[in-house]
Amino acid sequence: MATLTKVLKPILGSQLGNTAKVFGAAVNSQRGKPTYTGRTIPPPAKYGGRHTVALIPGDGIGPELLNHVRELFRFCCVPVDFEVVHVNSASTREDDINNAIMAIRRNGVALKGNIETNHTMPPNHKSRNNLLRTSLDLYANMMHCQSLPGVHTRHKNIDIIIIRENTEGEYSSLEHESVSGVVESLKIITRNNSLRIADYAFRLARDKGRRRVTAVHKANIMKLGDGLFLQCCKEVASGYPDIEFDSMIVDNTTMQLVSKPHQFDVMLMPNLYGNVVSNVCAGLVGGPGLVPGANYGRDYAVFETATRNTGKSIANRNIANPTAMLLASCLMLDHLKLHDYANMIRGAILTTMNETRLHTVDIGGQGTTSEVVQSIMRIIQSSGPLTTEI
Amino acid sequence: MAGNAWRSTVSRVMGAIKSPQPRTFSRGIQTVTLIPGDGIGPEISTAVMKIFEAAKAPIQWEERNVTAIKGPGGRWMIPPEAKESMDKNKIGLKGPLKTPIAAGHPSMNLLLRKTFDLYANVRPCVSIEGYKTPYTDVDLVTIRENTEGEYSGIEHLIVDGVVQSIKLITEEASRRIAEYAFEYARNNQRTSVTAVHKANIMRMSDGLFLRKCREVAENYKDVKFTEMYLDTVCLNMVQDPSQFDVLVMPNLYGDILSDLCAGLIGGLGVTPSGNIGAHGVAIFESVHGTAPDIAGKDLANPTALLLSAVMMLRHMGLHGHAKKIETACFDTIREKKRSTSRTSELC
Repeated sequence: MATLTKVLKPILGSQLGNTAKVFGAAVNSQRGKPTYTGRTIPPPAKYGGRHTVALIPGDGIGPELLNHVRELFRFCCVPVDFEVVHVNSASTREDDINNAIMAIRRNGVALKGNIETNHTMPPNHKSRNNLLRTSLDLYANMMHCQSLPGVHTRHKNIDIIIIRENTEGEYSSLEHESVSGVVESLKIITRNNSLRIADYAFRLARDKGRRRVTAVHKANIMKLGDGLFLQCCKEVASGYPDIEFDSMIVDNTTMQLVSKPHQFDVMLMPNLYGNVVSNVCAGLVGGPGLVPGANYGRDYAVFETATRNTGKSIANRNIANPTAMLLASCLMLDHLKLHDYANMIRGAILTTMNETRLHTVDIGGQGTTSEVVQSIMRIIQSSGPLTTEI
Repeated sequence: MAGNAWRSTVSRVMGAIKSPQPRTFSRGIQTVTLIPGDGIGPEISTAVMKIFEAAKAPIQWEERNVTAIKGPGGRWMIPPEAKESMDKNKIGLKGPLKTPIAAGHPSMNLLLRKTFDLYANVRPCVSIEGYKTPYTDVDLVTIRENTEGEYSGIEHLIVDGVVQSIKLITEEASRRIAEYAFEYARNNQRTSVTAVHKANIMRMSDGLFLRKCREVAENYKDVKFTEMYLDTVCLNMVQDPSQFDVLVMPNLYGDILSDLCAGLIGGLGVTPSGNIGAHGVAIFESVHGTAPDIAGKDLANPTALLLSAVMMLRHMGLHGHAKKIETACFDTIREKKRSTSRTSELC
């Protein structure tokens, strides 16, 4: 249906009204603009005022939480339809993940749960999540760690944006056993990708009014690899004189994060360090259940929880914290330009977080997932907009 | 002022130790190679020597200097006297070494590592009572493989703008570090060993590391063995560090995690560290910098080097003396909130 729309739009352009938007969507050459700003190009799946978004339930707590998201959206009458694509993590064939990738290409936007990777499988069975990220070239992973007022943590008032290169680095999955008992794994750093991610970081910092970007690296040891990354960051930094740029070695960074996290503003790093630092920061603000993450590419955007946990041990027990997934869906709504809905849901979530008795187990309470979702729906209903029955 | 504070710290520790203790020399006097190092190195080494004297620890110190010299064949090496002394004594205590920039030779730490094949870096991280941090119940040990992994130093420029770094994992090194970890756990009454990895992404390399750990775990049924992803460890470490006991991991993860744990207890100025090598060689060191700006001013905090020396005593089996010195040290820190004014700078 989306492809038919694309064909019809230029023809019916004048009759459909709002020609600028319609025309913009049909002209593919304009799609070089990065999607996070998306000011000129709306996502292409808009038809009849409703968006279609690919939904990949994944494993563990993914399906449960995404059901809650769908329930909430239906309740708030959000004009988003979900195209559900299941990926079987146990299957060795790549058909499932290819279907998912195709669905995301069709719709442009996706919301996903984490797909489990069984690491006892042979090396040719690649991580499904990684495959998705590299095929769609989702080069930037953005995670905004903010302390939530109602949640008790050791450090207060943390506000750090972490931007992590999402496609190369240590996650290139290029390994070989040259001699029996000796394995080599390749970490690839390219100039193009480093420049691209640095540019993304500085533009984001500028748009959000941030003062400083810190590049995290280990260039004293990996002189060529991380040295190249650092050099690219410095080059891009020179083009943004209004934003301060400094760098820090990754082990010092983790040490500083646990003792003085308030010195960081925006952090930029290659793939593996990004994994470590984002998990440390998520832990600092209260855990994996609270922070949403977004993966942006040139043409696509995929939203998920920041720490990408499967949560097998807490699956289907109604104790998972839905906050991260719900906040991720708000990020998705912002991306689709449905700001009113996004702010409404986000406000309701933050109000719910202030109630300690509704906190789920991971943040020290005894509430259940459904209680949290019900509370959010009640708050939304009481604040006035049109909703369905609870 | 601060200088007097430091002097009085040392005398207080010594005073705490001077209470009469039965003198039992388990193996006679042990000779240990002492490498004072640069910057604040000499002062803190002197402090440690004085404290050991007061504690009547059966240690005799042999001071040696390590500066890189060019040996035959043009390869950089440490002075032969230092090498001889270490090979003879097997145990060493090292202060901070300066890493000169653009001196043409690799860092001294790297040189020492290569010379003595120091394959395991051990850092016990225990919360210090008198030193307040947001984390109060830390008691874990990070054991890091020190010779290969991501720090192999093998990098190539494939084409202009594309660089590849090679991470090397070998069966031999993985087996060796796993064995050391389990031995350590057994000798120090630790209940569990956790292997930290990223085998979902780096299937072959971390997969090999994990397989070796599993194989070695079979021979140590009294110690519990678990595996955990690096990101999960980081996440849980920051929320609840008390769930971890001994962690064993390859080079890069070890570097990051050991510094993370040091940050939990108060930084590098209070963290002991030991490097275990082949043929029974062990060098214990303080991992902070040389702090050249406060060198010679009586301001430096000897805690890190002192705790490393305590670790050394434990390694040699002198648990009585180790406990005595450690207790005195913690008591001193507890009584005086900040022993020196520059403790935070050292961290």
